[in-house]
Amino acid sequence: MIQMKNVIKKYPNGVVAANGITVNIKQGEFVYVVGPSGAGKSTFIKLMYREEKPTSGEVTVSGINLSTLKNGRVPHLRRQLGVVFQDFKLLPRLSVYENVAFAMEVIEEQPKEIRKRVMEVLELVGLKHKVRMLPSELSGGEQQRVSIARSIVNNPKVLIADEPTGNLDPETSWEIMEIFEEINRQGTTIVMATHNREIVNTIRKRVIAIEGGMIVRDEYGGDYGYEG
Amino acid sequence: MKGRTLRRHFRESFKSLGRNGWMTFASISAVTVTLLLVGVFAIIMMNLNKVADDLENDVEIRVMIEIFNDEAEMKAEEEKLIAQIENLPDVAEVVYSAKEDELEDLIHDFGDELSLFEQNNPLHNVLYVKAADPQSTADVAAQIEKLDHTYKVLYGEGKVEKLFSFLNISRNIGLVLILGLLFTAMFLISNTIRITIIARKDEIEIMKLVGATNSFVRIPFVLEGMWIGLLGSVIPIVVVSVVYYNLYHSLAPRLEGNMLELLSVTPLLYQVNALLVLIGLLIGIWGSFMSVRKFLKI
Ligand SMILES: Nc1ncnc2c1ncn2[C@@H]1O[C@H](COP(=O)(O)OP(=O)(O)O)[C@@H](O)[C@H]1O
Ligand SMILES: [Mg+2]
Repeated sequence: MIQMKNVIKKYPNGVVAANGITVNIKQGEFVYVVGPSGAGKSTFIKLMYREEKPTSGEVTVSGINLSTLKNGRVPHLRRQLGVVFQDFKLLPRLSVYENVAFAMEVIEEQPKEIRKRVMEVLELVGLKHKVRMLPSELSGGEQQRVSIARSIVNNPKVLIADEPTGNLDPETSWEIMEIFEEINRQGTTIVMATHNREIVNTIRKRVIAIEGGMIVRDEYGGDYGYEG
Repeated sequence: MKGRTLRRHFRESFKSLGRNGWMTFASISAVTVTLLLVGVFAIIMMNLNKVADDLENDVEIRVMIEIFNDEAEMKAEEEKLIAQIENLPDVAEVVYSAKEDELEDLIHDFGDELSLFEQNNPLHNVLYVKAADPQSTADVAAQIEKLDHTYKVLYGEGKVEKLFSFLNISRNIGLVLILGLLFTAMFLISNTIRITIIARKDEIEIMKLVGATNSFVRIPFVLEGMWIGLLGSVIPIVVVSVVYYNLYHSLAPRLEGNMLELLSVTPLLYQVNALLVLIGLLIGIWGSFMSVRKFLKI
């Protein structure tokens, strides 16, 4: 599903945030990406949805070769992916319903289909009763659930999340993880960068540890590490 | 693109005008002020241009024909001369004025005392020649001078050249001012629109993130720019039309018969107003197009 081969990413300021990354993530996997701040986790994630282009090496997502992907075809790639961020990235002037429907309008779905599918995903994240509210009227956890709903509304094969629980309290974080597990059970590949030791150690999944732009550990059912 | 999507773009562009209330107002004001200046300037320039054209077209060459003793010979030579002048390149028209007509004009201008010359008219028969391009009057005059049987060729040498160079300079200054104004307007408007777009950077980023194509992101902004340009041209059109209409109707009768005539209301205001709408649309569309372009490289 996701392959990287000898990927190097050097930012214009000279920082090498990915230094020879080779990895293979299969359809349906659930992968944590861990590592200290500045290790290159976000860069690793950004390379997957072509927010950043690799300086060298190859990135393939869902059969699309990102190294040769033309700018005009990036929307095609993005439609195969869902992306979730620490800061939710919701549109403040749109209601919960509109924020989710937005992702379907943008790809010109049928209005009937949009109504049906938006309610479906809002039910999955447990927000069916708050469709008319604005993001500002919701708690952080609820806002993140809206953003997750938006990310999966177009049935992506891969869900990419960069510290999705970074701004949430522990209890809310567990609720978010339940939703991710449910999405993963339905067959969606999940790649999630996180700092949350408790979650990684409790819900055991594949763990990829990055340090200095390199994969230093790749372990199925591994723990968070960095005990010291 | 689907019709539904196009309707969405129109809806979004309207909503966005309302949502960004004061920025919309600022952009429209920028367009309004500029177009007002452009409109006033265009009208002044077009009128000046007309005056210049009139002055130019008034320039003519006065060819005094040599006097012959034999009337028949004179007639023949005059006809030959007319034919020769008409055959010169750049000559638009040749008008013959007999010395009797010349004297009558003088009497008309200077008084009856001159009528005593009617018995023994000392004047020459004259040809009035106009160059096809008034600016080549001097050349044509020089060519006529080389022909036989001309007594004197006059065209206001010196004065005419000065007039022409003055008119040419004023035209160029006007053109530069209008272009400068348009350039400033484009800059002003694209900047104002850019600010409204910066405020919506997040929106664009999210659209791109969920897989919107560039044109899907761009079209509502460009439509918005179009409305801004269109709305911005309303006040200038009304002001320019009302002011010129009244000015024309109060000044035109007083200028009657004078060299300085104003351009009449109907074709002029249609032309200027069409120009204003067109410029408004263009700078609105161009401004948003350029501004949104920067944010699409995500
Ligand atoms: N756009 C950028 N331009 C320059 N340097 C960057 C950029 N993004 C990240 N970096 C640098 O790359 C390194 C890795 O950053 P990042 O991938 O965000 O790490 P993490 O998410 O693990 O904290 C850091 O040193 C960071 O300063
Ligand atoms: Mg990060």
